[in-house]
Amino acid sequence: MQKSRIPFKNISHEVQLTTRRSWLALLIMLILALLLVGRLAYLQLYKNLLYTTMSTHNAMDLVPLEPTRGLIYDRNGVLLADNIPVFSLDLIPDKAHNLAKMLPEVGKLVHLSELDLTLFQKQLKQHRRFEEIPLKLRLTEVEVSRFAENQHRFPGFLIKGRLIRHYPLGNSFSHVLGYLGQINSDEFSKIDPANYSASHAIGKLGIEKYYEEDLHGKAGYQEVETDANGEAIRVLKQTKPTPGKNLYLSIDSNLQLQAEKAMTGHRGALVAIEPATGQILALVSMPSYDANLFVLGITSADFKQLQQMPDHPLYNRAVRGLYPLASTIKPYLALEAIDNELIAPEDTIFDPGWFMLNNSEHVFRDMHAHGTVNLSRAITTSCDVYFYELATRLGIRRIDDVLHRFGFGEVSGVELEEEVPGVVSSPEWKRRFKKTPWYEGDTIISAIGQGNMQATPMQLAAAVATLANRGKRMVPTLVYKQQEPEKPIEYQTPILLDTLSLHDEENWDLIIQAMQKVVDSPEGTAHRFGPHPSYTIAAKTGTAQVHAKRQDEDGVENQKKLPEQFRDHGLFIAFAPVDQPKIALAIIIENDRLAAVPIVKELLDYYLTGIGTGT
Amino acid sequence: MTTHDRLQRNKSGPTFRLSDYLHLDLPLLWAMLLLLLLGLFILYSAGNQNLVLIEKQLMHILLAAGLLFLVAQVPPVTWQRWAPWIYGFSLFFLVAVLLIGHIGKGAQRWLSISGFRFQPAEFMKFAIPLLLAWYYNKVHLPLSFKTLLVSALIIFIPVLLTAKQPDLGTAILLLATGASVLFFAGLSLRFIFSLSLLLLTGLPLLWYFMHEYQRQRVLTFLNPERDPLGAGYHIIQSKIAIGSGGFFGKGWLTGTQSHLHFLPEHTTDFIFAVCSEEFGFTGNVILILLYMFIVMRGLYIASNAQDTFTRLLGGSITITFFLSFFINMGMVTGILPVVGLPLPLVSYGGSSLVTAMVSLGMLMSIKTHRKLITT
Repeated sequence: MQKSRIPFKNISHEVQLTTRRSWLALLIMLILALLLVGRLAYLQLYKNLLYTTMSTHNAMDLVPLEPTRGLIYDRNGVLLADNIPVFSLDLIPDKAHNLAKMLPEVGKLVHLSELDLTLFQKQLKQHRRFEEIPLKLRLTEVEVSRFAENQHRFPGFLIKGRLIRHYPLGNSFSHVLGYLGQINSDEFSKIDPANYSASHAIGKLGIEKYYEEDLHGKAGYQEVETDANGEAIRVLKQTKPTPGKNLYLSIDSNLQLQAEKAMTGHRGALVAIEPATGQILALVSMPSYDANLFVLGITSADFKQLQQMPDHPLYNRAVRGLYPLASTIKPYLALEAIDNELIAPEDTIFDPGWFMLNNSEHVFRDMHAHGTVNLSRAITTSCDVYFYELATRLGIRRIDDVLHRFGFGEVSGVELEEEVPGVVSSPEWKRRFKKTPWYEGDTIISAIGQGNMQATPMQLAAAVATLANRGKRMVPTLVYKQQEPEKPIEYQTPILLDTLSLHDEENWDLIIQAMQKVVDSPEGTAHRFGPHPSYTIAAKTGTAQVHAKRQDEDGVENQKKLPEQFRDHGLFIAFAPVDQPKIALAIIIENDRLAAVPIVKELLDYYLTGIGTGT
Repeated sequence: MTTHDRLQRNKSGPTFRLSDYLHLDLPLLWAMLLLLLLGLFILYSAGNQNLVLIEKQLMHILLAAGLLFLVAQVPPVTWQRWAPWIYGFSLFFLVAVLLIGHIGKGAQRWLSISGFRFQPAEFMKFAIPLLLAWYYNKVHLPLSFKTLLVSALIIFIPVLLTAKQPDLGTAILLLATGASVLFFAGLSLRFIFSLSLLLLTGLPLLWYFMHEYQRQRVLTFLNPERDPLGAGYHIIQSKIAIGSGGFFGKGWLTGTQSHLHFLPEHTTDFIFAVCSEEFGFTGNVILILLYMFIVMRGLYIASNAQDTFTRLLGGSITITFFLSFFINMGMVTGILPVVGLPLPLVSYGGSSLVTAMVSLGMLMSIKTHRKLITT
């Protein structure tokens, strides 16, 4: 490199070099740009006539075809979501003249509500100008004939037969299925516009939302020959739309309806699971609403009214309701304690009716004095003091650990996006969300499922199903098979999430035997359940405080004096039969501590013995 | 700025100009804003008056404008210092996209990090010229054979990785970007000619490495009527749209070709056809003039830059900008094969907007950060 010896000159040489190249580059780019302009002149000026003719004779248009949405059945083939034919009034904006003047004229023939018009304006924004937009989704027969007579006055408007979603069982499955509604701009940005160019609705909630892709299917296209105005003359070629998959839920609609009937008049939720597979047999949240209201679009006034009803029917208590675990926490903690030998099953503790920590004045009360209790009796009679003592031995880490292993504090994974994870409280959690330190008293009340522990009925059911399975933790699922039209059925294989193992596997049965006594022993808290000669049952009750108990208060009697919304919630978890469980369930009844047990009795009698069928 | 101006300015002391203070170059800025505005009008029509699309494009523009402003604030010295790192990171992401990238439109071009999706190949459009300019600033020009070999490595690794995604359009653009730096660095013209000749003879070999759909595109390019309902359909329809536009166009929102389903990708790669149909030859010439104005301003900034690094960087960025609109228009008008490149500043989409506007931001940075002593 001889040039490196004279760097000074080198730099000016570099400047010269790059400047020369800049001029050269400019020259080349100008030539290329001129070439482009030349090409455009050739196409647009010289060949203009040819291409103009080609454009006016361009005789093909693609018309998208809407796929038929998949149907939803229960496990026995009972139809839960159907498509029914309706006549709708559609409009192609490109072809209509003077829309502002036309709409009131149309309104004289067909009743157009304010809702119809606002929804139409929204869709107008989203769809292409040449796509059909529904103006009114469901016309009466009178309206159809009245408009048909005047059709010629309204170019661009057309009456069209289309399918809309229908939920034959109305209220009963709304919290499972969700509903279909108009596509909003948020959803619009997430879908493939080509696949939805003929669709006007999308799953908003529940199964309809979770399985949107499967249910929707694939749009088809029709190539049509058009005249100069773009009117279709004849169909040249057709790609049929692929209908969506049909879904079969694991839900037994008989059980679901039975549960709903039994829970009528209460606020609450119930989830029943087949333990071996994790398949959900019933999912009820009461009260409910009619999903059909949403299909045609709901007015904001109606929606507001639904939202503001004191019983909150839109609220899916089964997967979004957060309740204290209350005493239903006890079997899990007892299992953890005996399996780690923190207490022996036969060890007894004396319950004087209250409990105190060594270094504190605070008195933790029990419902009443249970006297001498061992593990089995502690569960059977739901003795709080026994579990206060266990809490001091377990410590909050162990308590949290076992709760996490049974699935609390995280979503269960059921196919409902709206599910919430609940709370397993810990010192970190409390510091972060309550901004206060953790006291030993927090650990004590955690042991009876109070404090900040919160779970959904779905989690309660999944956890008791795991217990029924002796540790096999299955993911709760709603869809158990699906079928693409003309294809073989695909079964959803049960998903094993985890296998909880114990140091001594016999401890499962120790806890389960104690839970059997909850129903069978005369002093069991669910002895009211009554006789059940043809099946065995293991269960646990729970009472969640809504209103902080006053010191002098004495439980049951005073409850009746409280205003309804301050009364305790009743919880009940159960599975049956004990040896080969067919059903595990959790139920919560708001502000009524006694209603849960008889409801479960009714359902189990029905499900396991067939008593009560047909009523 | 001529010497005379500079002397005048020195006499009267530094005058304060807001654009200098903000490190913006007004001529570039105005031309860009005009193009963006035109683009929105075309997009409104191309997207069949879908306002959602316009709202989103406005968000893209805001984001890109923010980045442009940020990039313009960074002095070229900093870019120079970071050049090897930027290249390294871009290469890392490019490999990552091959391993874990989203599959979008049949090609793994996107990488999604915490919800934000981007194409790492876009980074390479800056990383390659940055690293090459950094490198040539260190060695002495003209290029030695060893320097040339290293340069080839710097260029071809990302180009091959991008072509493998497979994204032929961007790969070609990256190759051109790298080549443009070499061109400015004074690669001998004889060498360039002989290399082009070699490439031309090597084309059949390229055929062998192509994906099936890429071969289809080449065949269709050579003879669109070969497959009028399939792959050739796009080009024929695009030509009809352009040709039927005539001298003044059919008028805004009235292009029949674009509004029926005839034109594919009419909001992205083929948006130029919509513009041609509705605004005609006149509109196209105005559009091209605006682009060429930016190109000339870019070259002016590059050749007046103070050191080799910025001169090479500025020149290369300008050429890349030119090529991106030239290739797009060339493919839509049927003089180049369809390679799937958007029209900068006009096509719908965030990635290409950001790339184009960051390019302009770099040019502005070069223009407005001047050292007192020329090296």
